Amino acid sequence: MILIECKELTKNYGTHTALSNINLQIESGHIIGLLGPNGSGKTTMIKLIAGLLSPSSGTININGQPVGPESKSQISYLPDHSYLNGSMRVRDIMDFFDDFYEDFDRMRAYDMLAKLQINPNQKLKTLSKGTQEKVQLILVMSRRAELYILDEPIAGVDPAARDYILDTILSNYDETASILISTHLIADIENILDEVIFIQNGTIYTHTEVDDLRQTQNKSIDTIFREVFKC
Amino acid sequence: MPWNLDSDRPIFIQIIEKIQMDIISGLYHPGDKLPSVRDLAQRASVNPNTMQKALSELERTGLVYSQRTSGRFITEDTAMIDNLKSELAKELITQFLDSMEKLGIEKEEAISLISKISKGDSHDTDRM
Repeated sequence: MILIECKELTKNYGTHTALSNINLQIESGHIIGLLGPNGSGKTTMIKLIAGLLSPSSGTININGQPVGPESKSQISYLPDHSYLNGSMRVRDIMDFFDDFYEDFDRMRAYDMLAKLQINPNQKLKTLSKGTQEKVQLILVMSRRAELYILDEPIAGVDPAARDYILDTILSNYDETASILISTHLIADIENILDEVIFIQNGTIYTHTEVDDLRQTQNKSIDTIFREVFKC
Repeated sequence: MPWNLDSDRPIFIQIIEKIQMDIISGLYHPGDKLPSVRDLAQRASVNPNTMQKALSELERTGLVYSQRTSGRFITEDTAMIDNLKSELAKELITQFLDSMEKLGIEKEEAISLISKISKGDSHDTDRM
């Protein structure tokens, strides 16, 4: 089943072209790494899929439908910046999500909070940066969505919590759902990926299965990335 | 604990090797039921699709078979397991002899070294 389909997708910011003529298909049930250097167009791509930006030309379909309210209800999106109100308590944010999203699984969220020893009575802004990121990831992964889009999900958290978070991602996603992860911490996540998309200057450099890439190059994805995007 | 997997070789191949090893070493007995794909994927900290691919490959070789409703099982063909064991032993020995050759040690010398060391007589090797 094709979950995301982009056809001749282009996004310009004024005279600057952020994405140029992208053709892409992503199937359901896969975990895909969206990898590229700074400014290559990853976040633009993600925002287009999430419906936060409109294409300059070309189309994006989610489950065969154009991006819109319907697709937004199927996508659980972790942005690269927090949009939550810092003076809210963690438990109030949980309620907020529970009210807002039909597919929010409260039990799952509280279970993860407990495992990561986060006190639901604390205000968000009193938590450390890493812990705030964990709260946001918990919120996003507690929805039963068809597509999870995670923009830099583990950048601010310590390595031990990273392992827990990756396990959480693996154990919480439905086998029919897909996860699109954008990150620079390739070595940390590459073992859980099915596919990888390398994006360079607004175009797709390659889109392939990770084990195929390892087999043909005898190298890790992290090493290949460093070679392809060598400065 | 996640399995010890390298990132520079295909993950599904390493999973196959690990399960083969678990069968040879007797961790899994002939006829044992394997845990579910999801369960195994979580133990290994890998994607369920990757685990599925590895198990399909093991099925193709006959080392594992699946019963439509009840899951996947280790083969009861002990000859096949013995076969795999000697294949792997052969591979390891070939690798070892190659490494010895790189050190400039001929096959016969390597063999006599093995028998010396395995008898616990490390004196001669220290002097080498």
